[in-house]
Amino acid sequence: MNMQIAERESVAMSSQSAGQPVVRNDEANHDLSIRVRDLNLWYGQTQALKNISIDIFQKNVTALIGPSGCGKSTFLRCLNRMNDLIRGVRIEGLVEMDGRDVNESRMDEVALRRRVGMVFQKPNPFPKSIYENVAYAPRMHDLVSRKAEQDELVEKALRDAGLWNEVKDKLHQPGTSLSGGQQQRLCIARAIAVQPDVILMDEPTSALDPISTATIEDLMDKLKKQFTIITVTHNMQQAARVADYTAFFHLGELIEYNDTKTMFSNPHTKKAEDYITGRYG
Amino acid sequence: MSQSFDEISAQLKRRHRKSARLKWLSMGALGLAGLFLVIFFADMLGKGLPAFQQAQIRVEVTYSEQSQQLPLAAVNEDVRELVSRGWLRTLPMMMRDNPELLGSTRQEWVLADGQVDQYLKGHYTRLNDRQQAAVDALVEEGRAELKFNTTFFTRGDSKMPELAGIMSAAMGTVMTLLVTLAVSFPIGVMTAVYLEEFAPDNRLTQIIEININNLAAIPSILFGLLGLAIFISFFGVPRSSPLVGGLTLALMTLPVIIISTRTALRSVPDSIRHAAFGVGCSRWQVVRDHVLPLALPGIMTGSIIGLAQAMGETAPLIIVGMVAFIPDISASVTDAATVLPAQIFTWAGEPDRAFVEKTAGGILVLLSVLIAMNATAVVLRKKFERRW
Repeated sequence: MNMQIAERESVAMSSQSAGQPVVRNDEANHDLSIRVRDLNLWYGQTQALKNISIDIFQKNVTALIGPSGCGKSTFLRCLNRMNDLIRGVRIEGLVEMDGRDVNESRMDEVALRRRVGMVFQKPNPFPKSIYENVAYAPRMHDLVSRKAEQDELVEKALRDAGLWNEVKDKLHQPGTSLSGGQQQRLCIARAIAVQPDVILMDEPTSALDPISTATIEDLMDKLKKQFTIITVTHNMQQAARVADYTAFFHLGELIEYNDTKTMFSNPHTKKAEDYITGRYG
Repeated sequence: MSQSFDEISAQLKRRHRKSARLKWLSMGALGLAGLFLVIFFADMLGKGLPAFQQAQIRVEVTYSEQSQQLPLAAVNEDVRELVSRGWLRTLPMMMRDNPELLGSTRQEWVLADGQVDQYLKGHYTRLNDRQQAAVDALVEEGRAELKFNTTFFTRGDSKMPELAGIMSAAMGTVMTLLVTLAVSFPIGVMTAVYLEEFAPDNRLTQIIEININNLAAIPSILFGLLGLAIFISFFGVPRSSPLVGGLTLALMTLPVIIISTRTALRSVPDSIRHAAFGVGCSRWQVVRDHVLPLALPGIMTGSIIGLAQAMGETAPLIIVGMVAFIPDISASVTDAATVLPAQIFTWAGEPDRAFVEKTAGGILVLLSVLIAMNATAVVLRKKFERRW
């Protein structure tokens, strides 16, 4: 029995070092989106991420799961350098996108965030109109020049976010007047309006009711045709429902990275199995 | 062994008595504060409202060559002592400006002497019995009465109480505050934005922060000395001018604006900043498009309160020479000028009893403006306050 576990751990760890999932999902796309190698992160003296290596594939949903404080949100924020905003953060290792290290000094974090959008845990629309919430970023990035173009883009983003029918008659009301679930979809529309490659979602449904959650999950399923989605979730069922790949973090380490089906039916590590079966976390 | 309700209630009685006592004490304190306020306002209104009225008498004014040389000749001998001598002195100039007046004789309501004014208001007067009888007679005939005092609002200071007004001081205050606003608002807001949104948290910024907080607590007269040393002695800004006064008050207002702006910026939730960074805003875009608009009501409130404080300030202006006798309304920020509180200070020191009501009247005007400014601050805050 112990031998078996040891064997399983070693299989998982050896494949981890390459950053590849242990088992591949054959239906999924395997073009590389983000390549992470030996990523270490410290908050002051505390090490929050330890030697993370992972390959994120394009146009998939990758879920990051693990108990609180395991570093999954921290890892997510490394991908668009939101950790830069926190004082006393030190990062080592490689986060590569499109052949470029995102942490290198030549990389402009504004350019990075233009290609890697983000949706936050608590819906945080700007205290502006629904229209402005979506139109602001494309206008700022000079993606639209004429008003008609802008209108078109706003409509497309809101349609893609599945919000258009609900808000088309009240585009000029404040975004904060919407319900929680609608606000979160507005935030998704805001993120996809600049046509990013990757959308990071930091527990996007944890502040929402079950119905809104289901809507957002459906939406993620649709959006993965256009975008690479990386989502952090506390809810394992959600990961099982929406993700193609699942990465399990524990105490700052990436314990297992696997095809979602395999992860939930036949995890290769003891820690992941214990977490998934609810023995802790 | 547990206690019964009755036993517990008996113990609670003492606590209830204590809280009732505290409640009554605090209500008493509030009542006392309110009472002081009422007494203060009643006293000010009682003393100040008469300043808004002024005695006038109806006399025959002869506009002639002779009265141009000797203005006293313009009115009849019997009322000569009762009309304002200050007004009489303006006659030759009036005739020069309006030549068509020359050679005519008109019945006009003219300013009465300050002593007549005081007599009609029932205050102490230096008029002798004969003069008092003459005034009584004029009142009988309907030729002397108290009318609304436009002079008080249209003229500058004067040594003759019936001609003294607050216009020059009000203009001085407006110009001084404009200078203060123009200097302290942009500098203060930008400083706060830098410290709050851009500056790294290191020893240097901490020292700056502590010093700004200290500046807010420095006695204002020291700012006056600083203004004297820097603006007048070093930069050669004209003494007594609204420019130097405004600059000095700007030094004093800066910490207030910086502190209130930082508070307003800090109250903008971080989720808004994250959202803006998340869509690829640069730091400056985050501040300009998202943080500042949300913080603006707080910034405006703080600035208005800072300005209101500066408006009531006298001590630093004494040092830079703005507590002065200014009969003429100054036309530019480099002319000599005075401000409302300084004018009140000047009047309060006049020996003539008639200036007591001028002083109170000036205080009423100053208080009304201050209340109006603070009310504006409250309205702005209410109007632009957003919940998110």
